[in-house]
Amino acid sequence: MTHLGVDICGLRLKNPTILASGVLDETGRTMRSVAEAGAGAIVTKSIGSAPCPGNPNPTVVELSFGLINAMGLPNPGMEHFSSEIKEAQKSGVPIIGSVFGGSEDEIAELSLLMERAGANAVELNLSCPHAKGFGAEIGSTPELVELICRKVKKATRVPIFAKLTPNTSDIASLAKAAEKGGADAVVAINTLKAMAIAPEAKMPVLANRYGGLSGPAVRPVGVRCVYEIFEAVKIPIIGVGGISSGRDALEYIMAGASAVQIGTGVWTEGLGVFAKVNEELLEFMEKNGYGSVGDMVGVAHAGRS
Amino acid sequence: MLPIASQVEDGLAVKTIRFEDSLSASPGQFVMVWVPGVDEFPMSVSYTGKRFGFTYQILGEGTKALASKKPGDLIGVRGPYGRGFSVAGKNLMVVAGGLGMAPIAPFVELAVEHKSSVEIVIGAKSATKLLFEKRAGAAGAKVHIATDDGSKGFKGFASDLAASLLQKGRFDSMYTCGPEPMIAKVLLLASQKGVPLQASLERLMKCGIGVCDSCAIDGKHVCRDGPVFSDTDLLGFSDLGRAKLDACGRKVQI
Repeated sequence: MTHLGVDICGLRLKNPTILASGVLDETGRTMRSVAEAGAGAIVTKSIGSAPCPGNPNPTVVELSFGLINAMGLPNPGMEHFSSEIKEAQKSGVPIIGSVFGGSEDEIAELSLLMERAGANAVELNLSCPHAKGFGAEIGSTPELVELICRKVKKATRVPIFAKLTPNTSDIASLAKAAEKGGADAVVAINTLKAMAIAPEAKMPVLANRYGGLSGPAVRPVGVRCVYEIFEAVKIPIIGVGGISSGRDALEYIMAGASAVQIGTGVWTEGLGVFAKVNEELLEFMEKNGYGSVGDMVGVAHAGRS
Repeated sequence: MLPIASQVEDGLAVKTIRFEDSLSASPGQFVMVWVPGVDEFPMSVSYTGKRFGFTYQILGEGTKALASKKPGDLIGVRGPYGRGFSVAGKNLMVVAGGLGMAPIAPFVELAVEHKSSVEIVIGAKSATKLLFEKRAGAAGAKVHIATDDGSKGFKGFASDLAASLLQKGRFDSMYTCGPEPMIAKVLLLASQKGVPLQASLERLMKCGIGVCDSCAIDGKHVCRDGPVFSDTDLLGFSDLGRAKLDACGRKVQI
């Protein structure tokens, strides 16, 4: 019997589609709506120690091939967010708490608070490209990635996922560092650092000038990153970047992802994107004789040593 | 970016900007307006048709910068976005408060074009703050005025005047936009009378396209599921008239 269920580090997901961090996940009630629409798990907005309003507008630029955003990590702060986690948990799907911080100690402390709030796993945002002093600015060297993962692993009991930046010459070494530091899984990729300029205004559109590109344009980059990481580490990979169809998800899965995340696809397809991707996945699996998602993970590496 | 065709005063610190472009917007929808180097914010469309436009109150730095723009100046406009009003029935009752008249005015014009008869209550703090009163009359609506200070028409809230009008007439549908406590009262009136209601809501908006969750109300989003919601949704909103999210995503009292 063909089924979509996956197991990621002990988290049982009814299907491999997970809501990516930053999209429709600031309030518990909205996260419930996303779960009701079919997501197998939810990653929350990245949460920091203190409330943060994020960057001033414009914070998004719409393109025909993707989206550039510079939200700037807006969030109500960990203390307030506990109640949103409680609300999100009513959905019954695993809730993965995303955290960001400016040092390994701050990230470890937040991860522990996320665990106490009830999160089933913690995702470390080591990759946001548009927040000074956070995200990619501390997640671009293997040494720091390893150190942060080790500190967090020591402080928590739930699985920890390290979300990596593609804005590096060697994402596989970041993944290896995460694995060495004790991360239970890696998530790839975050957005690609990007910019859009309005010629008439003679200036970048985003108030923050720089943002992160997501959507269909980044999918080939994300698939390549997952493929490279699969050959470098043994821990599970969660693939993300430009997925809005079953075939998009299959590329990531066959490159080596055990599950996928969807963010910008919610913009183009609406919340129906989760059910759509799952239906298309199931159809492909039935047609091609795959009994489970796990049977397809990394098959694009066949014939390679 | 689009060149401004005209900018006129429509009241005290209230201005309207129009463009030589239809944008294919319908009443109740909104656009994201970018003043380069200053800010970007949502604006309800107040004129539809060949020359679309929006009406705003000068409140902060962004709208102040907008007010200084001249015809020919370029501003960024993306959209239109969201769900607007739909004409449902022959006898319509409309309740607009303050700047809430901006998206209501083109709806009144649309409804009259669809041969519906419209009774509208326009409310404001005082007579000088009434918006588009003549425009609604010229469109063919029966206009009733309510002011908080009694400087024109009924002295009191628009919702109170609407309550008395509801006793006299029979209406197929009701429509409202304005301060949220007023919307909450109109929702109560409509549900007591069993009249369907469409209401346009406002929340802090960042992306405008249904991804960032900043305009969430009870799991729905003003930018994509709204800004116009039907009574089915409205009655399920526990935050209506009570709470909204601040820029950090914390729930605060309205």
